[in-house]
Amino acid sequence: MDLIADHITHRFGALAVLDDVSFTVGAGEVVAIVGPSGCGKSTLLSVLGGLLQPSAGFAQLRGAPPPESLNPLTFVFQDFALLPWCTVEENVELPLLHAGLTSGARRAIVEDAVGRTGLADFRGTYPKQLSGGMRQRVGIARALAVRPAILLMDEPLSALDSQTRQLLMEDFIGLLADGTMGAVYVTHNLEEAVRLADRIVVLSRRPGRVREVVTMPMTRAERSGIEAREKLLTLQNDLWSLIREEAINAEREVQHA
Amino acid sequence: MLDRANDPTASPPTEKAQLRPVAFRGAGFAPKAGRYAGWIALLLAIGVWQLAGTAGLVNPLFLPTPVATMRAIYQLALSGALWQHLSYSIMRIGTGWILGTVAGVVVGFAIGLSSLARGVGITFISALFPIPKIALLPLLILWLGIGEEPKIATIALGVFFSTAISVYSGVDNVPRNLIRMAQSFNVPFHAIVRRVIWPGALPSILAGFRITASIALLLVVSAEMIGAEYGIGAFVLQAGNLMQTDQLLAGVVILSLFGLAVGRLINWLETRLLHWR
Repeated sequence: MDLIADHITHRFGALAVLDDVSFTVGAGEVVAIVGPSGCGKSTLLSVLGGLLQPSAGFAQLRGAPPPESLNPLTFVFQDFALLPWCTVEENVELPLLHAGLTSGARRAIVEDAVGRTGLADFRGTYPKQLSGGMRQRVGIARALAVRPAILLMDEPLSALDSQTRQLLMEDFIGLLADGTMGAVYVTHNLEEAVRLADRIVVLSRRPGRVREVVTMPMTRAERSGIEAREKLLTLQNDLWSLIREEAINAEREVQHA
Repeated sequence: MLDRANDPTASPPTEKAQLRPVAFRGAGFAPKAGRYAGWIALLLAIGVWQLAGTAGLVNPLFLPTPVATMRAIYQLALSGALWQHLSYSIMRIGTGWILGTVAGVVVGFAIGLSSLARGVGITFISALFPIPKIALLPLLILWLGIGEEPKIATIALGVFFSTAISVYSGVDNVPRNLIRMAQSFNVPFHAIVRRVIWPGALPSILAGFRITASIALLLVVSAEMIGAEYGIGAFVLQAGNLMQTDQLLAGVVILSLFGLAVGRLINWLETRLLHWR
């Protein structure tokens, strides 16, 4: 199943946020969206996930979702969006409760998702008792439970410390390794983008337009080796040079707003 | 391999003259209630009150001693009058509070979830909420007769507005990201209300219950003072008219104990329902 951003334009009142953004996320492909602060990355993701009606253009799906998928487009949120009154298990089970599954089937799915994200010992724990990294793991387990075709990840690591970020990044790489699940990964962190993405969509400052689409020259597996580090750093610097000027201007804009 | 060279600045100075403790500036602004302080203060106040009465410093007609007040409560309990008055008051509070709360929760949720209900409801609530509900009792007597109905309706009205406000404020304060999360998983509307909005609004709703319990108590006493033969309010008024101040204070103490019991019940509910906080 492909996800297509088709000439998406969006305005919040008089404020133009996105301007004619088009690109396609192929099946199993990971596309990172980067750009200066306020360029409309998260707005674009909301439009792609059906949480926001664009002023013009469309978010479209092409092809059938995988037959076992309960929610083909599934978000992983920056702030985790966990129900504080539910345990880990209940949070993961929430999207399954109205999917017409038997309680046995739900149990099996929750067990699998919780096990895959290293939460097996925390089933009965409440979110407030968990660290930021573990909370995001619950968010990921909840997303995996519905077997998405495409994960929509809105800066999923930005609220975490650098060590936890590193660990979760490795988890993401593992989860996306078999190519059965694609992702749109919104981030301001270029290191995350070059480590995870197959393609990187660079947006201009507000109103966000597609400034460049960079295709990564190596597979994710190749990027984990030491010898790849220099290449990735060069790529990161290239991306930064694309964004830097716009980021400076965007920051000045925000300060003067 | 990391170079772990010794940092000469890391070792503490040895000369005593160089040492000066950093002054602690972080005290205060963190009040904590002592476990027994409140009870000790209360017992002290009662002791002083009793001593002042026993020593003849205070005229017992104006301020009966705590012992005399307790004796009056005991005699009221023995005679059965206490239960008669209390049962009337509890019946009025219970019925009025339940009616007002059910209506308030329904209207509050409607205002919190529907644009149409919000537009209409907030205007009415803003206009009617500030009216002291006891002022409506004569009108309610005209409409509903002189039985229990106008007293119960007065309490229900007082409870309704505060409940509706606390419910829609609670709904408004449910983090939108949680609602969007549920929508992103295609959770149906009724399930979002039940599993996200209701528990999210519950802290505000329970805080509202605490306020409406006090309002109900206030209104039942006022309504009973205006037009009732039985009830704690009527009893307190009768005792005052007959200068039976020990009985009057007995009624006040019973009201206070009733309020405390309701407060404890709400505390228990909060502990049970908001354990996740």
